[in-house]
Amino acid sequence: MKLDDKLFLVRFNTDKLSHIKITNPDICLKQCQDKPCTRFCPAHVYDWDEEEKRISVGYEGCLECGTCLIGCPYGNIDWKYPRGGFGVSWKNG
Amino acid sequence: MENFDVIVIGGGPAGLSAAISAAQVGMKTVVIERGDYPGTKNVMGGILYTKATDMVVPEFWKEAPLERPIIEQRIAMLNGDESIMAAYRDPAWASEPYNAHSILRVKFDRWLALQAEKAGVMIITETLVENLLYKGDNVVGVRTGRAEGDLGAKVVILAEGVNNFLAVKAGLAKPLKAESVAITVKEIIALPKETIEDRFCLDEGQGATIELYGDSTAGMMGVGFIYTNKDSISIGVGAILAPLIHNNWTPNDLLEYLKSKPYVKRLLHGGETKEYLSHLIPEGGYTQVPKLHRQGLLVVGDTAMLMNSLNREGSNLAMISGKIAGEVAAESIKADDVSDQAMMVYETRLRDSFVLKDLHHYRHMGKFFENNPHLLRAYPKIFSNAVKLYLTADGTPKKERQKEIMKMVLQNRSIGGLTKDIYGAWRALL
Repeated sequence: MKLDDKLFLVRFNTDKLSHIKITNPDICLKQCQDKPCTRFCPAHVYDWDEEEKRISVGYEGCLECGTCLIGCPYGNIDWKYPRGGFGVSWKNG
Repeated sequence: MENFDVIVIGGGPAGLSAAISAAQVGMKTVVIERGDYPGTKNVMGGILYTKATDMVVPEFWKEAPLERPIIEQRIAMLNGDESIMAAYRDPAWASEPYNAHSILRVKFDRWLALQAEKAGVMIITETLVENLLYKGDNVVGVRTGRAEGDLGAKVVILAEGVNNFLAVKAGLAKPLKAESVAITVKEIIALPKETIEDRFCLDEGQGATIELYGDSTAGMMGVGFIYTNKDSISIGVGAILAPLIHNNWTPNDLLEYLKSKPYVKRLLHGGETKEYLSHLIPEGGYTQVPKLHRQGLLVVGDTAMLMNSLNREGSNLAMISGKIAGEVAAESIKADDVSDQAMMVYETRLRDSFVLKDLHHYRHMGKFFENNPHLLRAYPKIFSNAVKLYLTADGTPKKERQKEIMKMVLQNRSIGGLTKDIYGAWRALL
């Protein structure tokens, strides 16, 4: 089963505001060689945008595990919890 | 600013247990939860232990939304398509006093929150606590994300979960490290009740668990798990984040890898995936437990790293830590002394209980596995090969076969290596 199909099953109360910020996009472009965030995030929130030369952040699909905050080798992902009432809302848990 | 005796941050098992025990002795208690209601942000494998839960809500099994009482626990070791399994089964575990149940947290935590409300706890939902409020060194309340959202408290109990933002801000914990958390993903796969019971060899309503080591995580430090619910199966896999990143795995690929194992595939056959979830598990153990208290503040549950992964115990450690914290908060408030010294009674009681005793007992385990990443690669292979040789009836005389097995073992690991591993394991686990 593809990840996209699985993520389609997850319920979200999507906020208009993103709760994730790349602190310094220059680090992703110039220092970070292999972009591990594009792999370790279980929801594939992070993707390398080759045209714009930056990490695109699909915060709407964030499962709120916190892996990115710890996994980014440069500590360059400013991940917080979404505002109260927003974000993922599990059906089973 | 509204004032409470006790503010609990986070509506999971630790926070709700804390709130219940404080409210039961008359404390004006509030739980602040960021989800729609307690449960919607919460994930675990999920096995709930009877004894600890019973201490928070006596005879909870008569009413709580539980899935199945666990009567069989299997441990599997995978090597490619091969597997070795051991199981313990006792049908007596299907009735009182039970040992453990499978649960789904959205249902269970919501029910536990209802018990808290019955005990007099107020629950504020859809509200994120952004900061603690201080008066000098004393924690005196919380700042929420709502307008005019400051709330005052004599004691704040921090049950924010594994992502320890507030504990770090309060100077009690360090930020988490990729070596001390396991990224875990899980699927809920629907199957008819009868199918589950047939496949797991269960009588009506009974449940089973399987933990899978070795190739279930592609040899990385971690574990796969399969738990039976009423009409679904929870299947998941967790691996320590550092090796997962190092080996370029995605969590979902690792889960699909586990699901593709022949034995696992057969158990799940025909099921329909209902939900995909992810969560971090605090695996730091004793050495990573933060400072558990300061003036007016107590730290409980996952935020306190209270997790015994070897025995797959977490929810019970969370609930007992919460219960003790609620009691200590109430006693301190009644004695009009919420100093750091008064709060320390919480840590003392936690040390006297199985919670910190168990973590202390396994205190070398994390480093042992971190320093020996070959363990979950080498040994499943050695054991599988040995058993296969032993069971293969091809006319080889058994004496020769035994020599062959010894030779194979030593080809995979030297005598020095074996000795080191056995000594290391003995020191880390016993």
